[in-house]
Amino acid sequence: MTTHSEDHYYVPHGSHWPVVGSVGLLFLMVGVSSWLNGAGAGFYIMLTGVAVLVFMITGWFAEVIRESQKGLYNDQVDKSFRQGMFWFIFSEVMFFAAFFGALFYARNMSVPWLGGDSNNFFTNLLLWEGYESTWPTDGPGGIGGEYEAMGPFGLPLINTALLLTSSITVTIAHHALLAGKRMRLSIFLAATFVLGFIFVYMQGVEYVEAYQHYNLKLTTGIYGSTFFMLTGFHGMHVTIGAIMLTIIFFRVLKGHFSPDHHFAFEAVAWYWHFVDVVWVGLYVFVYWM
Amino acid sequence: MSSTVADALDHEHDDHGPTKGIGRWLFSTNHKDIGTMYLIFSLTMFFIGGAMAMVIRSELAVPGLQFVHPEFFNSMTTMHALIMVFGAVMPAFVGLANWMIPLMIGAPDMALPRMNNWSFWILPVAFGILLSTLLMPGGAPASGWTMYPPLVLQTGDAFPFLIFSVHLMGISSIMGAINVIVTIINMRAPDMSLLKMPMFVWMWLITAYLLIAVMPVLAGAVTMLLTDQFFGTSFFLAAGGGDPVMFQHIFWFFGHPEVYIMILPAFGVVSEIIPTFSRKKLFGHDSMVYAGSSIAFLSFIVWAHHMFTVGMPLTGQMFFMFATMLIAVPTGVKVFNWVATMWRGAMTFETPMLFSLGFVFLFTIGGFSGLMLAIAPADIQYHDTYFVVAHFHYVLVPGSVFAIMAGAYYWLPKWTGHMYNETLGKAHFWLSTIFVNLTFFPMHFLGLAGMPRRIPDYSTQFADFNTIASIGAFGFGLSQLIFVWIVVTAWRGEKATDRVWEGSHGLEWTVPSPAPWHTFTTPPKARIAQEAFE
Amino acid sequence: MIRKSFLSLMGLLATGAAQADWALNMPRGVTELSAETYDLHMMVFWWCVAIGIVVFGVMIISLIKHRKSKGATPATFTHSMTAEIVWTAIPVVILLIMAVPAAETMVKLEDSRDPDISIVVTAYQWKWHYKYQDEDIAFYSSLARPSMDARRKQSGVDPNAVDNYLLDVDRPVVVPKGAKVRLLLTSNDVVHSWWVPDLAIKKDAVPGIVNETWFRAEETGTYRGQCAELCGKDHGYMPIVVEVVEPDAYQAWVDTRKNGDVAVANAAK
Ligand code: HEA
Ligand code: HEA
Ligand code: CUA
Ligand SMILES: [Cu+2]
Repeated sequence: MTTHSEDHYYVPHGSHWPVVGSVGLLFLMVGVSSWLNGAGAGFYIMLTGVAVLVFMITGWFAEVIRESQKGLYNDQVDKSFRQGMFWFIFSEVMFFAAFFGALFYARNMSVPWLGGDSNNFFTNLLLWEGYESTWPTDGPGGIGGEYEAMGPFGLPLINTALLLTSSITVTIAHHALLAGKRMRLSIFLAATFVLGFIFVYMQGVEYVEAYQHYNLKLTTGIYGSTFFMLTGFHGMHVTIGAIMLTIIFFRVLKGHFSPDHHFAFEAVAWYWHFVDVVWVGLYVFVYWM
Repeated sequence: MSSTVADALDHEHDDHGPTKGIGRWLFSTNHKDIGTMYLIFSLTMFFIGGAMAMVIRSELAVPGLQFVHPEFFNSMTTMHALIMVFGAVMPAFVGLANWMIPLMIGAPDMALPRMNNWSFWILPVAFGILLSTLLMPGGAPASGWTMYPPLVLQTGDAFPFLIFSVHLMGISSIMGAINVIVTIINMRAPDMSLLKMPMFVWMWLITAYLLIAVMPVLAGAVTMLLTDQFFGTSFFLAAGGGDPVMFQHIFWFFGHPEVYIMILPAFGVVSEIIPTFSRKKLFGHDSMVYAGSSIAFLSFIVWAHHMFTVGMPLTGQMFFMFATMLIAVPTGVKVFNWVATMWRGAMTFETPMLFSLGFVFLFTIGGFSGLMLAIAPADIQYHDTYFVVAHFHYVLVPGSVFAIMAGAYYWLPKWTGHMYNETLGKAHFWLSTIFVNLTFFPMHFLGLAGMPRRIPDYSTQFADFNTIASIGAFGFGLSQLIFVWIVVTAWRGEKATDRVWEGSHGLEWTVPSPAPWHTFTTPPKARIAQEAFE
Repeated sequence: MIRKSFLSLMGLLATGAAQADWALNMPRGVTELSAETYDLHMMVFWWCVAIGIVVFGVMIISLIKHRKSKGATPATFTHSMTAEIVWTAIPVVILLIMAVPAAETMVKLEDSRDPDISIVVTAYQWKWHYKYQDEDIAFYSSLARPSMDARRKQSGVDPNAVDNYLLDVDRPVVVPKGAKVRLLLTSNDVVHSWWVPDLAIKKDAVPGIVNETWFRAEETGTYRGQCAELCGKDHGYMPIVVEVVEPDAYQAWVDTRKNGDVAVANAAK
């Protein structure tokens, strides 16, 4: 393709990566499912799927990066990528919204109802007598046994500071990129992903703490469920974000990105801010309130 | 007229045609090829889902259990719905979007062509997994397409496969939706302002927003099912402080917008066809856009009308009842605008127009029953009966499916370069219309008389109408074979002109028929665009 | 097509007017609220018919008159603010007319305070358990034997030969006429739904939650219903039968129940 004129759209030639990706997904999903059903082989099928997917993602992105470096993408393509990323992040927001929704529903509806609120006087009287609605709770059945809740101070507060700082460093890096200050760019980018990985590590420490000392588990009723699912999915996103930042970092070292052409950098930065905003929501509603 | 475009195509057209062999389809980044694959996939799924409906209708033809066991019957109901909704109707509209949106807005392709390919190729995986559950110990999922816990947790080995196939459908839809949005926002011909966009494009834009807003929510809901089942969470377990009804809320927060995802593109198709065959511009173009947006907005605040019997507090019931009733207003605007478009037009009745007219009539009847369902105290009687089944099949079969058929006939000449057999097309329409009413109209009576849905056998007082419905269903199913024949033989028909229909307007009619593999490699110049909007 | 669906629609009207004994329409039922529900249903239905006649009427006229073969030439108008306002405003008014009585009925339906009798209904896969709160009565109620035998796949029994096929139970719920009966519904396993059309009651039985609903039957008789929420393979086979009897007959039933039958009921667990 020899198209780099402003009123000429760039349409890529066929690509085998999507189909490879679908095969990867097939293995992954079939693998996880059979594993969950107790078939030992499932685990290996799943690993195969993951391997294929990693292969696909690296291959696909490498191709895109190559094309981008060759200057095949005009402004319009760049815009498409940006908008695509934006709406992808929006869909992620909605995914988290489902879990936040579950949290709000539990706190404001189901738990009070089990305690006899609203039109549920008899729910409490006949089925859960003596249960008083509180938050956090492991439910009237006391699923998971005695536990201690995770307070807002200590680790979570440190983690908040880490993530907020990393949001600032990535912004500084962005400004450095725009100003063409490569050294500053790499330093602050490195700082960002290092902070990200520290966050993930701390989160791990927190989980170990919760399981070993607080007896707070995924199985600790609705509190444990919402706590671990929200922080867990968030942690997963931080991990992915930090890995992407690392890749961007190496691309910076290789001299990629120019002040007016750095979609990948910006996409990852947006993603990072998204992860950050979700954390703020988490901190407020899961740890604090 | 078209020569301008043809010129543009010949010049600076340095690209080769499609690659040969299977690679053309597997690796395609061409919106037309991908559109074709979507459409073929959708038709296949329509037949598989339809075959399951035939199992349902056979068992229900007379009282007593004749052919299948109750558990398998429930699997059929569940799989029928999942396949029709996610495998037939949604991909059909994505296929139409792929083919037509770039042509309608003067873009060379979708904005993200490689991702477009992936959106499609995830679908066969998703439905391969879903269909494979039919062979698993414990059978295919049998909890209804709504997958309510705790019942769904009693699914056998199929359970995780069900969850993950839903995830895959979601991923595919989200990527497809992102692509549509970006294409529309970023790839329009330079002088096509948003409000000049064709109605089909508009309705798809709104649909795409609905998709990225609710598919992730569905993914979240089924993920919670998965963790409740395998990792001991208590989202839907009262003993742990959760609530089985919470699932229903999350599901319907997705589910209600989902039904508009299946109807808004249909509105779009019909809004293209009626003006063409009335030889008159669409009445109230802008108010159509606003009405579509209002429907989309309202669709987010009505979900609990599916749950009037779950024991919601009174205020909740009131709120959801009123909000639901409101949707009749913008939908009414649409219906009235279509009628006003026909009013004092110069109508002809080719097959696409017939299907569109059938759509307007029968969708409206389905909408009326929807309004009846919205009346909460009455819904307490209707809920989970065949009245509901009648309602949604009216809006989905002579609604969405008719619109898809209409679109297929309308654009088939543009796709193939040949006219289809008009006589057979008309026969297809009339047979479909007669049988679809024969199938689904008696279901209103059944529901009102007290027949619950999702039962494999029923009391003898319901026998007559069930027999009629089953006869209708078989007739309707067989009539669809005509469609296949028409499509297959369309390549042998008379050559189509570029404009195809006397009254058609829009950029898609300025390119040759069949539309060449690459169109609009340079943005159509103002002149062309202008003409198209006249 | 139009005419056909219209004819059927008219059929529905005709029978609706003829008080629906041929099971085409919703039953009017035997409680005050079932009658109100029925009236609401008919009111909304008639509005839809009226709107349908107008909309389809206009459409049919233009289909007949404004066709090219009749030499029609297309007009060029593309919008009309007046028309748009009119056809937004009129539906809003109609909806308001529907909304008010609907809301009133809704409020009454939810008012289960001060009952005369309270029954705790627990759903099981696939039978119902009834426990009268103030009496020492508790029993299971499941599909009656004759239906049970006939329902099997290719059982060889003609369902038409079975009385109340699939709608009969071994032990019905008995309540007195004129009493306000409150049901407290819950479930032992999955979600079920307790529905008797003549009482205009349908309420889900959700595990871990107790839902309330109520009825006051004004006429004696046997009223049949079914589980209305998919609850697994035998969802179609868990009917409900309510016997509404005169108050003294009810008292007599209570007395016999208290003595012998409870043991029987418990043995059936
Ligand atoms: C394409 C799909 C589609 C569409 C468009 C609709 C449209 C509507 N639906 Fe439907 N619905 C479904 C698909 C759809 N539905 C499905 C699949 C289910 C069942 C799911 C399941 O349980 O499995 C369902 C179930 C369902 C229920 C729950 C029933 C129950 O389970 O108890 C309700 C209740 O309110 C409802 C209401 C409505 C309303 C008010 C509309 C409105 O949008 C209709 C508006 C249209 C009109 C009213 C006609 C045109 C308007 C005029 C001519 C103007 C003037 C009119 C008046 C003022 C009356 N629907
Ligand atoms: C877009 C969605 C869609 C579509 C197109 C259809 C199409 C049809 N549906 Fe569907 N249906 C649903 C969505 C849809 N349905 C949903 C959401 C449910 C609720 C599920 C639940 O409760 O969870 C449902 C439930 C449902 C039920 C209730 C089941 C129950 O409650 O137990 C019934 C019963 O009659 C039914 C019948 C039909 C029929 C006869 C068709 C026909 O229109 C199909 C016609 C098509 C074909 C027949 C295929 C093409 C032809 C051939 C393959 C040729 C060979 C044909 C013959 C041998 C005759 N459907
Ligand atoms: Cu119990 Cu359905
Ligand atoms: Cu809905």
